[in-house]
Amino acid sequence: MHLERAHHHAWRKIKSALASGIAFVSAVLVITPLALVFFHLVINGASSVNWDFFTKLPAPVGAVGGGMVNAIVGSLELLAIAGVIGIPIGVLGGVYLAEYGSARLNSVLRFLADVLNGVPSITWGVVVYGLVVLRFKGFSAYAGGLALGLIMIPLILRTTEEVVLLVPNGYREAALALGVSRWKTIVHIVMKTASKGIITGILLALARIGGETAPLLFTAFGNRFWNHSLSEPIAALPLQIFTYAISPYDDWHRQAWAGALVLVTGIFCVNILVRFLTRGRGAPVV
Amino acid sequence: MATPEQSVTERVERPPQPLESAEPAPQLTFEAKNVSIWYGEKRAIENVTLDIASNAVTAIIGPSGCGKSTFLRALNRMHELVPKTRMDGTVLLHGEDLYSKTVDPAIVRRRVGMIFQKSNPFPTMTIGENVVVGLRLNGVHNQKFLNERLEKSLRMAALWDEVKDDLHKPGTSLSGGQQQRLCIARSLAVEPEVILMDEPCSALDPIATAKIEELIHELKAKYTIVTVTHNMQQAGRISDYTAFMYLGRLIEFGPTTKIFTNPTEKQTEDYITGRFG
Repeated sequence: MHLERAHHHAWRKIKSALASGIAFVSAVLVITPLALVFFHLVINGASSVNWDFFTKLPAPVGAVGGGMVNAIVGSLELLAIAGVIGIPIGVLGGVYLAEYGSARLNSVLRFLADVLNGVPSITWGVVVYGLVVLRFKGFSAYAGGLALGLIMIPLILRTTEEVVLLVPNGYREAALALGVSRWKTIVHIVMKTASKGIITGILLALARIGGETAPLLFTAFGNRFWNHSLSEPIAALPLQIFTYAISPYDDWHRQAWAGALVLVTGIFCVNILVRFLTRGRGAPVV
Repeated sequence: MATPEQSVTERVERPPQPLESAEPAPQLTFEAKNVSIWYGEKRAIENVTLDIASNAVTAIIGPSGCGKSTFLRALNRMHELVPKTRMDGTVLLHGEDLYSKTVDPAIVRRRVGMIFQKSNPFPTMTIGENVVVGLRLNGVHNQKFLNERLEKSLRMAALWDEVKDDLHKPGTSLSGGQQQRLCIARSLAVEPEVILMDEPCSALDPIATAKIEELIHELKAKYTIVTVTHNMQQAGRISDYTAFMYLGRLIEFGPTTKIFTNPTEKQTEDYITGRFG
């Protein structure tokens, strides 16, 4: 009896060690690609990331040097346009889902938002191509921004809804019991309490679309030079990387690596910022 | 004030009214007549008729689920926040129908404040901001006025001396009992006529509870107070009138001393003596 139990105990220990071992290996496998990607980007791109890269236009084929300033600025412009479209609609839609509406309608809307989140991003490019580019007869920053903005909407909507739902009901009741109107309660109490979470959702959505290439292929199109009007084609970092990477020139390959390094670093910084935001104490809500 | 005439068969026995025989009839703040409330299909309270005297503390006691909180919330229309609520009957506040179609619930709640079981100072605001938030969000921006009201409310809530140097600190940095008094100050700042309290001490330790009870005693000089409590000793200590509810019905209502020493109903007696509940 005694011995049997000891034997049983040993077998359980082995199983436990096995399980945690497998979990550890899986965790390492998750991190490995990130490490590999970053390692390769640094090896191949770091040498080309210099002052010129951030200040000069792309050099013609064969000429050494040049930069991607137009693509960096273009990406920021596209993000701004996307934000103007995606942030208000996403945030207000998320607040609606959390605070208003009937349970049945909301579950339908939630399902649709989840479906939209799963739509391949190139689809958005095609949709905007059909709706905007063909109609206005030209690629433009507006079209690119719109495509990115449309991708943002369901992302922000869902994160906003989730963090707004996390705000304890006691705060809503407390405000309403002071005779504060419903919408003021939502704006000044609920959204303020959830603001960190809402901002986090917005930043993560921006980081996500910042690296999107496919929806820009036939909307923003790309531009080797400065974009002088938002109704003209515009350069974007991911597009420039794509163009350079599929080119046959070594110089351009190096530039593509550098661009990818800058892009990944930028997205990495946004994620660090999000970490920083969500870490602070104060509001109990993320 | 139009209450539909009830048929004799429907008529529920009206519970004894407080001080019916006493010399000056107390002034009434609330007159609730035949109030029934449903959450969806479920009836939470049934035909509750109850008058609440001004400048007095009325306690509502009863076991969990007896509808006492629902009734309390019917007095400032907070129960309407639950979807699919239906209400029948009338509630008059100083003779005005709270449920008239032209009445904005926000105005009702400005006149009838509420303190909750769990203290809930807004986590994004300082102590000072918490107190005046009701005024601010109702459009008052005169800083001098807000400062005066801030001090006055905190003094009335017996919190001023403890926090006057920490007004810029987060409201959530206070202890549980202080947070609850902060919530009382926040409620007082909009100058309501009535303060409803939904088990205001159930999350507090005995010392913090004693402070709140003392505060309730002081506040009744200026305000009408209706409190729901699980704690019968507390009801006995702080209230002038006590209503006992059971299974959604008002079983008995009267002066606290009478309810506790000489209840008319068997169920009241059983509950108060601890035979159930």
